[in-house]
Amino acid sequence: MIGIIDYGAGNLHSVLKAIKQLGYDTKLITTASDHTDDITKLILPGVGNAKVAMDVLNSTGLSDYLKARVSEGTPLLGICLGMQLLLETSEEGNVPCLGLLRGTVPEFTDESEKIPHMGWNQVKDVQNHFLFNNIPDETDFYFVHSYFAKPENVEDILGETNYGLNFASVIGNSQVMGVQFHPEKSGKYGIQLLDNYCKQGDK
Amino acid sequence: MLRKRIVPAIDVLNDQAVKYIQFRNPTIIGDPAELGKKYTEDGADELIYLDTTASLKNQDLKLDWIQRVAEQVNIPFSVIGGVRTVEDFKNLLRAGADKVGVNSAAVMRPELLKEAADIYGKQCVVLGLDAMPIYNDYEEIIRWEVYTHSGHEKTGLDVVEWAQQAADLGAGEIICTSIHKDGMKNGYDVALIKLLSEKVNIPIIASGGAGKIEHIEEVFTEGKADAALVASMIHYGDYTIGEIKSYLHAKNVNVRLT
Repeated sequence: MIGIIDYGAGNLHSVLKAIKQLGYDTKLITTASDHTDDITKLILPGVGNAKVAMDVLNSTGLSDYLKARVSEGTPLLGICLGMQLLLETSEEGNVPCLGLLRGTVPEFTDESEKIPHMGWNQVKDVQNHFLFNNIPDETDFYFVHSYFAKPENVEDILGETNYGLNFASVIGNSQVMGVQFHPEKSGKYGIQLLDNYCKQGDK
Repeated sequence: MLRKRIVPAIDVLNDQAVKYIQFRNPTIIGDPAELGKKYTEDGADELIYLDTTASLKNQDLKLDWIQRVAEQVNIPFSVIGGVRTVEDFKNLLRAGADKVGVNSAAVMRPELLKEAADIYGKQCVVLGLDAMPIYNDYEEIIRWEVYTHSGHEKTGLDVVEWAQQAADLGAGEIICTSIHKDGMKNGYDVALIKLLSEKVNIPIIASGGAGKIEHIEEVFTEGKADAALVASMIHYGDYTIGEIKSYLHAKNVNVRLT
């Protein structure tokens, strides 16, 4: 059972639809009390503003829930803003985030590039990782964002993308993972990545 | 590197996909969701649906077909047409649209862009901008003016000034349609797109006038567009998206091949 964190994120339903179409059972988690023991993996979707999102996660107790589940070993995949929230702080509203990975979330400042970074761009595999199974290196995924993840530890960078600079577009450290692009909107390889996440470790 | 996007535009009237010539004389070309799915499989990077029912007849937005598109399409899609309030944004995003476009309503009340961006983020706020050139006595274009209500009403606003203001308020992207080019198949208004791309720091989708593949190449290379909207060219089977992209790739335009 894949638990999808429901805190009003704009892409919640497209993520949910994609996971369901892959044939996995899903459950929306609006508060910690929605948790059931059959939830083996979590997804944190996200579109919008980091401060607004963290306010909701904190006030609903979902921040504590996520930290508790992760510390018990449950895998968590953050998508887009959901990925940025995995780090310690975001410059968007200067807000403390979940701190599940070391690092910050700065804003794109290269004047020669348009903001937001919007459209299809390539992900260069930096490490072998199961999220990339059956996906060619330098595959295009769909991005929409103005801030980007900057992990403190280079070993947490799984994939990189270039937009004025090379930034971490796929990050992870053991059970905590994140993708800056929208796999649910990235055609067949996006769906493949979601399938890779959901089926990993399951018999 | 960020790819140049090919974006099919699908006009919707009474839940059916239609094609207009210069905003008039609709003919039915299929089902919005099925057509979207087909174009996605052909390599479209994104889709834009123009709901002409709502904008022409002032009706409430219809959501059923949007939900069907969201079910069947796994690339981003925008819905534009008839959006007047933040409530409309909410309903369209909840139905499954990734981005919502506003046109006339933003001209009448520009704060709508800010209100929507503050709640849902700039990335889902698209400004629809319909432009017409203004000529001097020597038939040279001196500037472009903003039109609203599907190209029926003149506003007096300068296109570049309005685009900059909209970007400052919260628009995350602009679809610029050249009314005098739309449906004519003789090329985009490259001068206008170039001007906007240089003056505005958000992505510009060029719309109106594509009839040949060379037109698309031109609007990317000379017009500096971030994305090109295609309609008649593909709706009538003159070209497939795959053919368009292969051609552009051969001409060193950075497109995503699938």
